[in-house]
Amino acid sequence: MRPPIRDIAVVAFAQSDHLRTTDEMSEVEMLMPVLHEVLAATGLKTADIGFTCSGSSDYLAGRAFSFTMALDGVGAWPPISESHVEMDGAWALYEAWTKLLTGEADTALVYSYGKSSPGSVRDVLTRQLDPYYVAPLWPDAVALAALQAQSLIDAGETDESALAGVAARSRAAAADNPHAQLRGADVPHGDYVVNPLRTGDCPPIGDGAAAVILAAGDRARELCERPAWIRGIDHRIEAHSLGVRDLTDSPSTRLAAERAGVFERPVDTAELHAPFTSQEVVLRKALRLGEDVTVNPSGGALAANPMMAAGLIRIGEAAARIHRGESRRALGHATSGPCLQQNLVAVLEASEEASEGENR
Amino acid sequence: MTNKEPVAVVGIGQTKHVAARRDVSIAGLVREAARAALADAELTWADIDAVVIGKAPDFFEGVMMPELYLADALGAVGKPMLRVHTAGSVGGSTALVASNLVAGRVHGTVLTLAFEKQSESNAMWGLSLPVPFQQPLLAGAGGFFAPHVRAYMRRTGAPDHVGSLVAYKDRRNALKNPYAHLHEHDITLEKVQASPMLWDPVRYSETCPSSDGACAMVLTDRAGAARSPRPPAWMLGGAMRSEPTLFAGKDFVSPQAGKDCAADVYRQAGIADPRREIDAVEMYVPFSWYEPMWLENLGFAAEGEGWKLTESGVTELDGDLPVNMSGGVLSTNPIGASGMIRFAEAALQVRGQAGEHQVEGARKVLGHAYGGGSQFFSMWLVGAEPPTH
Repeated sequence: MRPPIRDIAVVAFAQSDHLRTTDEMSEVEMLMPVLHEVLAATGLKTADIGFTCSGSSDYLAGRAFSFTMALDGVGAWPPISESHVEMDGAWALYEAWTKLLTGEADTALVYSYGKSSPGSVRDVLTRQLDPYYVAPLWPDAVALAALQAQSLIDAGETDESALAGVAARSRAAAADNPHAQLRGADVPHGDYVVNPLRTGDCPPIGDGAAAVILAAGDRARELCERPAWIRGIDHRIEAHSLGVRDLTDSPSTRLAAERAGVFERPVDTAELHAPFTSQEVVLRKALRLGEDVTVNPSGGALAANPMMAAGLIRIGEAAARIHRGESRRALGHATSGPCLQQNLVAVLEASEEASEGENR
Repeated sequence: MTNKEPVAVVGIGQTKHVAARRDVSIAGLVREAARAALADAELTWADIDAVVIGKAPDFFEGVMMPELYLADALGAVGKPMLRVHTAGSVGGSTALVASNLVAGRVHGTVLTLAFEKQSESNAMWGLSLPVPFQQPLLAGAGGFFAPHVRAYMRRTGAPDHVGSLVAYKDRRNALKNPYAHLHEHDITLEKVQASPMLWDPVRYSETCPSSDGACAMVLTDRAGAARSPRPPAWMLGGAMRSEPTLFAGKDFVSPQAGKDCAADVYRQAGIADPRREIDAVEMYVPFSWYEPMWLENLGFAAEGEGWKLTESGVTELDGDLPVNMSGGVLSTNPIGASGMIRFAEAALQVRGQAGEHQVEGARKVLGHAYGGGSQFFSMWLVGAEPPTH
């Protein structure tokens, strides 16, 4: 990957408390406090933002054009430069990053949200599958993840107790995360949901929202004491059919990481979007993460997995650690599709590592 | 600060748009358009660095996030793939997102594609899922837009027949476009005017059809354009603007977001007088009256004067400012692709490749799309010469 033609940083991050149900709130009501918080962190108002991009899914909302209501909540008046991806907010962040690269904007607001509670998200996600040959069989999201987990166990890459360890570590880490839905070392690992995955190997089902502000060059330095500079960001997709993929590996993650520059210097932190314990095993291997790397200090998706926002939260959490001085070089990862079909990797660095000036 | 890489369109492909493509799957449909665009550019799948795909709501086909399933069909395996969704403007927005990848020097050559296979389900129902505490959709999009057309007529004093003139023109233009859905060989103005009133003042023949179809483009950088076997279309400006759907200050007849979006495109392209400097327009006109309305909104006519341009024949294929040479959305409407078709048809014109509906000497052509309740706008201006700004 050629080095980016502009230095762009994450300068603010906010997220909701992630909850099992939010019956009393609309998506917009869930999102609004997060937008206010992320704007307040920089002192920016909606009208000051150069570009806005969001991620969400009509299928979770149960209606077409669901994102239009959220836009009304943003307050798009006077009219704003704005776009939307029907993807996790991490990809909205990617689109915003490319917009800032063109120089047509210096700041961007990125947000995403999802409510899984109104329906059965296990079933809803089957509608992502090949509509002619696979979706009619309704193989649900946990069943597909279990297939991947069993492949890993059969290949000798993990076992059920190691997976339980991933879950316990994640939820213990989440004890310090006030937004997490499932936290603390005493979360029971539970019974099998789909063999070999137990309740504890699966993410909580919940609702939540997140928002990030990006800024370029000097604007980032004005808005944030310790900007989290995006040194590289890339995403790759794999074949859809599980039958042609090696489920124990994630070549798309590895390639995205290469293109994002992950392997050029070691990272100290990795926020991985691994909704199932077994997927952390796959991602650690693809990203060559050693034991010295702090993985998912937020608790990760096993502590809170609001669909469409969980990937953006990983980048936000990685950036927030840089903002707080807890990391110098962090990796943020997002995934989409069954069994890690599509993966995005971002490398964030503290200012000390930044090259001087806006143009390199 | 802008230091953008110039963006060129070097490949364009469309399917033949029809009411129902029962001979292909969704994957087969998109692949057909993508292969046509690659063939036009004389490139292979291996030359493509990234894929950007757009379509309108997932409920239209009943597939959630279909880019996942379509990765294989679009040669995207091992590549970045982005999925854009900005309601009816999505085809245009998708092309603009793809153009940013080139302009920002992230990738050299990008495939962008938009589609809708409306026959897989029912768009009317896809748009009519009930949501508590929100206004119900008013009997389809026509029910939403008809009052705003009426407001335009009241405001400007436009006579009743202008809408029919637009429909008659666009349907005749479609006869020259082999990819257009509606080919009404026996169309007459009288037939348009005799068609049933659906949402007063919008008649049946003044509304768009429901189509299956896909459109694809290959966008590339300066180096890629230099290798292009056919003349590239150069992007001179592109922008998106959004405003809320419903609020007290909204002007539904001429939304501010549309004006701002056009102004941004003209600024980028160095256009001072769009009426004189732009040769033709592919405009998003799903209901005929939107031609005069958008002529004003886009700065081609003064406020209240748009209908006079239409009535005087300026927007005819052989007029001074042809609008919807391809037949437009009124003749072809695979919703998610409709915006990209406008953008692609604009590019075809400046490349001199529009065949029977080519405007002689078209050098600068505007592609326009809008969506939601006149809430989202995306536009680009393409030219036969590379940008100098």
